[in-house]
Amino acid sequence: MADLVNLTIDGKAVQAAPGTLVIDAAKTVGVEIPAFCYYEGLSLQAACRMCLVEVEKMPKLMTACTLPVAEGMVVRTETPQVAAARKYMLEFLLTNHPLDCPVCDKGGECELQDMTFRYGIGESRFTDEKAHTPEKQFSPVVFYDAPRCILCYRCVRICNEGLGVGALGVINRGVVSEIAPNKGDHLECDECGACIDICPVGALTSGIYRYKTRPWEMTHVGTVCTHCADGCKTTLGTRNDRILRGNNRDSSGVSDGFLCIKGRYAFDFYDHPERLTTPLARKNGKLEEVSWAEALEITARKFRENLDARGAFGVIGSNHTTNEENYYLQKFARQVLGTNHIDHHRTGDVVALFDALGEGGSAGREKLATVADLYKLKAVLILGADLALEHPLLSFQVRANYRHHRAHIYAVTPGSVREDKYSAMSIRVGAPAGSAGSGPRWEPVSGSGSADGDPSGFYHPRNAEVSTADYFAALEHLRDKLKAEPELVILFDDSFQGNDVRRLVEFGNSLGIPVRWVCLVDYSNSRGALDMGIAPELLPGYEPSGQPGMRLHEMLAAPLGALWVVGANPYEPAPGGTSPERRAGFLVVQDMFLTETARLADVVLPAASSYEKNGTFTNVTGELQRLKRAVNVMGTKPDLEIIGFIAREMGAAAALGPWAPDAVFEEIRKNVRGYDVPAPVIASGGAAQTAPLNGRIAVEAAPGLVRSEHNGLFASGTLGRYSRVLNSVLESRVGR
Amino acid sequence: MTFSPELEARFEKLLTSYPPGRQRSALIPMLLYAQDEVGSVSDEVIDEVARRIGVTPLQVNEVLSYYTMLHRKPMGKYHVQVCTNISCLLNGGDKLWEHVCKRLDLGNKEVTEDGQISIEEVECMGACSWAPAIQVNYDFHHFVTPEKLDEILDGLRKKQ
Repeated sequence: MADLVNLTIDGKAVQAAPGTLVIDAAKTVGVEIPAFCYYEGLSLQAACRMCLVEVEKMPKLMTACTLPVAEGMVVRTETPQVAAARKYMLEFLLTNHPLDCPVCDKGGECELQDMTFRYGIGESRFTDEKAHTPEKQFSPVVFYDAPRCILCYRCVRICNEGLGVGALGVINRGVVSEIAPNKGDHLECDECGACIDICPVGALTSGIYRYKTRPWEMTHVGTVCTHCADGCKTTLGTRNDRILRGNNRDSSGVSDGFLCIKGRYAFDFYDHPERLTTPLARKNGKLEEVSWAEALEITARKFRENLDARGAFGVIGSNHTTNEENYYLQKFARQVLGTNHIDHHRTGDVVALFDALGEGGSAGREKLATVADLYKLKAVLILGADLALEHPLLSFQVRANYRHHRAHIYAVTPGSVREDKYSAMSIRVGAPAGSAGSGPRWEPVSGSGSADGDPSGFYHPRNAEVSTADYFAALEHLRDKLKAEPELVILFDDSFQGNDVRRLVEFGNSLGIPVRWVCLVDYSNSRGALDMGIAPELLPGYEPSGQPGMRLHEMLAAPLGALWVVGANPYEPAPGGTSPERRAGFLVVQDMFLTETARLADVVLPAASSYEKNGTFTNVTGELQRLKRAVNVMGTKPDLEIIGFIAREMGAAAALGPWAPDAVFEEIRKNVRGYDVPAPVIASGGAAQTAPLNGRIAVEAAPGLVRSEHNGLFASGTLGRYSRVLNSVLESRVGR
Repeated sequence: MTFSPELEARFEKLLTSYPPGRQRSALIPMLLYAQDEVGSVSDEVIDEVARRIGVTPLQVNEVLSYYTMLHRKPMGKYHVQVCTNISCLLNGGDKLWEHVCKRLDLGNKEVTEDGQISIEEVECMGACSWAPAIQVNYDFHHFVTPEKLDEILDGLRKKQ
């Protein structure tokens, strides 16, 4: 490493690595240099001039955000000249700024307010009337108020660099400069709202939150997003048991502040008019509202009758209930109901991956990538998925890795993906729709990503005719390049299942470099469902159950005595098809909405969403994070509580133990392999990677059962149907 | 969108005038040349130039809206540019501007009904030594007086 540079800032001796910016070097000795446009991780702009400092032997004030440290440099940040510069910069910024702070969304958490408070001049010498332009609506979620804008370019840069979309720009010149969207008067982008979160003032505001409340009236609850498997932390701003906004205020956990439209805005399913808030029971062939006591009594009685009659039970678990709920559910199924017919909808072949990797202990830990690894490791290979649309956080990390570290990215996908724009090599696999015949079914493409900020151009893998042979042929083409990499992360989706996963792992091992793996899965706790043993062949922690058991589709087809569905919609009709026929004698469903499955049920129990409960989720990379209850919805109960109440009603509660999330989590930490994570990290909102690898998993493979929904940015399985914001974005695009 | 063979050749040369990967540097000259041929920087021109140098149409628009000599709408066949910057102003540039506005009954960047003449108040065009100066398309006229301006305008009318 190069020698450290010695300099002085405000009389304090500072040592910093060459290339460090003065603004960052100052932080290390507790000197804060104010800035609007400087933002860690983004390119430098030097637009706001707030960070001007005095440097000895330099004739003018310098911008600390672009000035690298130099040996012997003497910097002063608190001289009268610097103080005056700050005052005048703020006076300029406020020339046309409307000072509508009392009604501005940002009032109270506005950087311009804070800066004016600390460094401002108190009064302005400008006496002319302020120039005003009306606010504009860029999209269903993004509003722009030009007079409030201070032109720091943060939104432009986060969109262009962070998201790789580039939907915002600055047009015109001087005092009439303003932010402009990419399609004339509107945006066509990911609608992620990163521009709104990063705006230091109230220029960009969100359609969901604007004019709803004052920030200080809210309670801020950091929890985990309920949509995809990436597990971003979202901070829900709540007031009077209502969620008013989601943002990245709490930047703990895996995501470090990143959110897409789902995490930031798609919490709005929770108060959808169709939300179930009363239990339903079938009477004379119709579902009628009943009390919780009655619904639980019916359920417990029917379960008991089925037990006594030695009837078969089926249990279908969920991809978006907590680890605690999944663990307790499988314990209930196996210990109380005595059944091994328990399964859930699998979206990635995690079992095959763990089986193929084999190793346990610390060596095993080295084989599984974390979200942070996607930012750190030198090379990334993406197989199948359109990461930017299906796994926005992972894609964000990979993009940042390329921007900051020039990592080599390889994408082997059926359609064009955003990664093409900066990949070392991209390969299209499969045959174009309708084409027949022989010849190579893969083709390298270079640097012309067509997915430039248009998520509606989502190429659904199901529309492609791709065989794994195509993928492996493409991989052979990449072999020499990959061998030359010092290390690699491989991400693959449901294109690889069973023996194909094993073959893929063999390919990875044959490269002779350290390889870390991510098996992509769909929903917020898909990994947790498998880890907790919601599978007939597996107990929690990937212990083979050694018992026969029906899989999900077998349960639907079998004349079971009773079928218990928790947070899943197995009777959802296939695209263009019909729902499977109900065969079970007694069907009880726990869900938030009257789904196709709930409509067929004998008893429907209204469940709390993950924003209304405590517990833990395990994300796509196996990292565990804690959910915190943000609001309560009257009439609903968390699934764990419902399961516990059914146990109590059946007189089985003592055998199962307490159903408090913390108590069940402790049991999981003690009993489930790989889940002995440090409790303080989890309790304080951090993420800890679980270590489930421990040798081969001796279970029979069942290829073909794994099916990813490949939800894009504006879809989220059954849940997505009930989000107004996701639907409004889709409608706004259809209308054009 | 295709341009005349001459312009295509010019673009070809422009794209090789910069180091590899810096083709976006050709943006302003391409826009200017395209404007001369097409009459304005139309939506099609924006998309085409963006495609050729590998930037987004929004990025073209950012540059385009910054520079006053790039026009989104067609100007007249003769675009009369009157400088009112400091040297010209001291020598009566502002009077010239008032005169031309009154004479043609036009405002800044407006075009006569027949599409022949348009006027624009511009900043310094580097002719301070011969102030006040005006520019008609790419031709300079020095030491202009209101009378001389009338002659120039009459001359333009005759040329039509």
